[in-house]
Amino acid sequence: MSSLEIIILIPFLAALAIWMGAPARLTAVVASTVNLLWVLVLAVRFPAFKSATDLAFVNKHMVLDNPSIAFAVGADGVSMIMALLTVLVTFAAVWQIVDKPSMYHIASLLISGGALGAFLCTDLFFIYAFHEVALIPTFLMIGIHGRAEKDQRLAVAWKTTIYLGAGSLVLLAGLVWAVIEFSGGGKLTFDLVALRAQAAMSPLPATAQGPLFFLLLVGFGTLVSLFPFHSWAAPAYATAPTPVAMLHSGVLKKFGLYGLFRIALPLLPAGAQVPWVQQALLIMLLGNILVVGLVTLHQKRLDDMLANSSVMHMGYLFLGLAAGTEIAVKGAILLMFAHGISIALLFAICGRMRNQLGTLAMAKLGGIGSHAPFLTVVFAFGAFASIGLPGLANFAGEVMIFMGAFANGNPSSTFIPAQGLTSLHWTVILALWGVVISAVYMLRGYRAIFQGTPQTGLFMSDPGSGQWLPLVLLAAVLLAVGCFPSLLLDLIQAPLAPIATP
Amino acid sequence: MPPAPDIVTQSAPLMNILLFLPLAVALVILMGRKLLGVNVCVFLAVASSAICLLCAIMNLGVVGSETIRLMPFLMLDGGKLLNIGIDVLHDGQSAGMMFIVTLIGFLVQVFSVKYMEEDDAKPRYFGALSLFLFSMTGIVLADNLVMMFVFWELVGLSSFLLIGHWFQKPSAAEASKKAFLTNRIGDFGFMIGILLLFGVNHGDVTFAGLKESLLMGPLKATSEGQGWLMTAAVLCLFMGAVGKSAQMPLHVWLPDAMEGPTPVSALIHAATMVAAGVYMLVRISFLVAASEMGATWIAGIGGITALMAALMATQQGDIKRILAYSTLSQLGYMVMAVGLVGMSGEAMGGNAGHPAMFHLYTHAFFKAMLFLGAGAVIYSCHHEQDIWKMGGLAKHMPVTTFTFAVGTAALIGVPGLSGFVSKEAILGVAWEECKWLFAAGAFTAMLTAFYMTRLFIVAFLGKARSESSSHAMEVRLPMLVPLLVLAFLSVFSAYHFMEAPLKAMAVHGHGEGHYTVMGISIAALLIGVIAAFVIYRGREKDPLSIKLFANKFYFDEIYAVLIKVFQDGLAWLVTGVEHVVVDGLVARLPAAVVAKVGQKARLLQAGQLQGYTFLLGVGVLLAIYVIVFVLPGVGH
Repeated sequence: MSSLEIIILIPFLAALAIWMGAPARLTAVVASTVNLLWVLVLAVRFPAFKSATDLAFVNKHMVLDNPSIAFAVGADGVSMIMALLTVLVTFAAVWQIVDKPSMYHIASLLISGGALGAFLCTDLFFIYAFHEVALIPTFLMIGIHGRAEKDQRLAVAWKTTIYLGAGSLVLLAGLVWAVIEFSGGGKLTFDLVALRAQAAMSPLPATAQGPLFFLLLVGFGTLVSLFPFHSWAAPAYATAPTPVAMLHSGVLKKFGLYGLFRIALPLLPAGAQVPWVQQALLIMLLGNILVVGLVTLHQKRLDDMLANSSVMHMGYLFLGLAAGTEIAVKGAILLMFAHGISIALLFAICGRMRNQLGTLAMAKLGGIGSHAPFLTVVFAFGAFASIGLPGLANFAGEVMIFMGAFANGNPSSTFIPAQGLTSLHWTVILALWGVVISAVYMLRGYRAIFQGTPQTGLFMSDPGSGQWLPLVLLAAVLLAVGCFPSLLLDLIQAPLAPIATP
Repeated sequence: MPPAPDIVTQSAPLMNILLFLPLAVALVILMGRKLLGVNVCVFLAVASSAICLLCAIMNLGVVGSETIRLMPFLMLDGGKLLNIGIDVLHDGQSAGMMFIVTLIGFLVQVFSVKYMEEDDAKPRYFGALSLFLFSMTGIVLADNLVMMFVFWELVGLSSFLLIGHWFQKPSAAEASKKAFLTNRIGDFGFMIGILLLFGVNHGDVTFAGLKESLLMGPLKATSEGQGWLMTAAVLCLFMGAVGKSAQMPLHVWLPDAMEGPTPVSALIHAATMVAAGVYMLVRISFLVAASEMGATWIAGIGGITALMAALMATQQGDIKRILAYSTLSQLGYMVMAVGLVGMSGEAMGGNAGHPAMFHLYTHAFFKAMLFLGAGAVIYSCHHEQDIWKMGGLAKHMPVTTFTFAVGTAALIGVPGLSGFVSKEAILGVAWEECKWLFAAGAFTAMLTAFYMTRLFIVAFLGKARSESSSHAMEVRLPMLVPLLVLAFLSVFSAYHFMEAPLKAMAVHGHGEGHYTVMGISIAALLIGVIAAFVIYRGREKDPLSIKLFANKFYFDEIYAVLIKVFQDGLAWLVTGVEHVVVDGLVARLPAAVVAKVGQKARLLQAGQLQGYTFLLGVGVLLAIYVIVFVLPGVGH
């Protein structure tokens, strides 16, 4: 049995144990701690273990012969980073649950297990299936324990379910198409490694890559709230119970991007560069950054603002995909990790505030910095990270994406001075304006809630009894990766895709 | 090609201490302030800045120019694909600037110990000051544009923290937010400029690499073939300086930044951080020289800022705001000098000296002195800042008054003092390059003499005009010593014995022998001083009232309208459109159709887990059916 299989199994087993009556908090915390430490060890040992195909800790159980499906696990640098993200956020999310029904723990563990499965499997069937498994507790928790009136939270749960269900179906169609397209040797296979090998050996002509890439983009994109398929996300996060908001916005949502970077890009390296796909992608991602950015600016409550900001920041990740150079793609992977940690940190604090204050309307709050200095500092960590302050993780990813769009003289150039600025570069410039918009809403929120004179009747205290631990952990990760991005970059040394020639 | 990957991390103890000691202190204070207690925190901060000052002094007198890698930052493929490091460019310019930053930093911390005595958030204050010293050191030592950007934003953060030190006060909270956001707008341009150069120069954004490439490399080809790209890059980088050095039209944050504690204003918003924009422009002066249009714009913006800010300063009543507008005006001088030197096509800086750096250097001392002097006055007058409620302070606070007078004389350019020498250098270049800007500079000099004399007469001479100023008392020694040291430097910093180890600061060759220039500027000085004497001696309130200047040309009001209309209005509009059109077309219309069909789905109420499990089961069965029975039939 590979370590990866055990890592995937642990959360499911823990969830089962809690369902059968084991003490919920203890079991969940122990399981997520074990997973956290284990993945850390694997990440450290990863460079020594990876094989020529860049996969480490590989194992495979055949399930079906034709079409060939196997429960196959294996980690490359990207999945290693995503697994790290998952266990870190899971630990924080599980730790901060107190005085809640055991379903909170079970749901969190199921989401975590599903995400780990999706990130660590190398068989398309199981990648897809694990993601679906993780979605179900998300819907249930929003519907049952969501933070709104019953009608409203059910409406949100249904909207999310239908939206993501539809997206998943589009995705399934795309995956099946890819399987049919790239299965060599007469027999269909869901094995990603085999598919990639086939795609590298006999790639599709560049223009023919467009339609399939676009289909995958829409399918995966809906899961990542790519504009205009984004309107499920903000209400879902604002309504979801804290651990679910943390896990979904921080981890599970990244599945769509993970799929694009690890499935669509290697199979269809020129897909994003086909002109019509590229133009469509640029317009959609600007929709995320500018349209949703302005929508975020208009929000009056902290949870709505954070939820929308999370949608907005997805645009930068798609920008990395659109640029497609190695610098940009690796920057995007760094940013996926960074965004996951920072948004989970912010949602954790937001949940705490809602419990204590009973309201998140910014107009009613103020001066919390006087009562809760610790919480103010960690919130500032999350807020400044998410607006791209250097020294915190998000900046490193963002700046690499931007640089990747201006790469010149590397194996693939996206910027040739003699040709002037292309639509990609104008998009980068507009996206940079989005960084200003982020700063405006985040600092407005910070100013309204933490600074100023304390409001009477709304008191907020610093967390006691170990509740500070997950917050400090996430903030420390942001700082460490922000100062030493090579901690993660060294895991993804190999190029992610064969070099695209547009 | 990116910079050669053979830059290895070197051990450079002095540089490491300079950069990382303040960071370490800031982190220790942040995490352990409860454990350590207030006094230990204060001691750590002051002691560390003393050590940094010693290191900076040991560093002086550099003649060469070398790059030292402290640590890698963004590296791909062992540096072949991307190689951005935390690297030190060790030359005369950085060594000289380090001396200014650490010296004033140390003096301000000493001053603060007494000034902030009664503040109950002292650890936070000194922690943020240490964080500032760390960030500023990073800007000064940076050998590439990305590293400079990193620390550029970090000084923005420390400035945010320090302006908002009294964050419970709404005006301070607003001012800190305004400062950060205005700087962000500047940084938007800065980043575009970096990206353009990153692209043109194949990923190498080190100053040395860019300089070389401009002589014979991709940058040369681009500046010959696509001159607009060079101009765009220079102007975008300049936008960063416009934000940080508070040039028109992004100057609005600096006067508001006076909400912070006064020692902070002295260090950050007068002497060092706001000068970072000028420092950066001098670092890239070879690029400015390569783009004539860029240089002209820079000179023009600098000249307009100098003049406009001086006009605004003449009608302010708050002692700190007068000094703040004076800072804007002097920064305008420096920026103008960068542009003018660029227009002459010469690339200075590095070890060669530059009139803008020279003025930055002398200005840092006398302006820090003036702010600390203002701090001493405010401290003694129980936080009264209105000069019309002061008066007669010379009797009560003779030493402070003396130092303030010295600082004023240096600022208005009394011959023989440091400010005179450096201002002459700038006016000399202006005389050679552009007579219009020379006229603006000379007129600004006259206004400077006018408003500073006004300030001095109203606040220090005459009779006390309020309770608080009649009871003012001379401040204690810990506050006087920094004032006296800075007063000494205000006089002598341009003299040979001071300037010799700081060669890179002074200017060689320019501005000498212009007797016309000297004559005009002395005339401007006399007119300004005499006019202020005639108008303001013995007055109880301001006899002049010029609304346009007093209201700062209505910039804040105009911006408020613009933000309301274009930002908030647009946000409101877009939110509506997004909700109705996008969500309507993509989600609600299909949903309405589906809802008609799917009335049965209502059975699946919350908690009815069976419903969901049933759905999932159906889905899985369907998938298995497709895979096992349908798929093998299709395909190859």
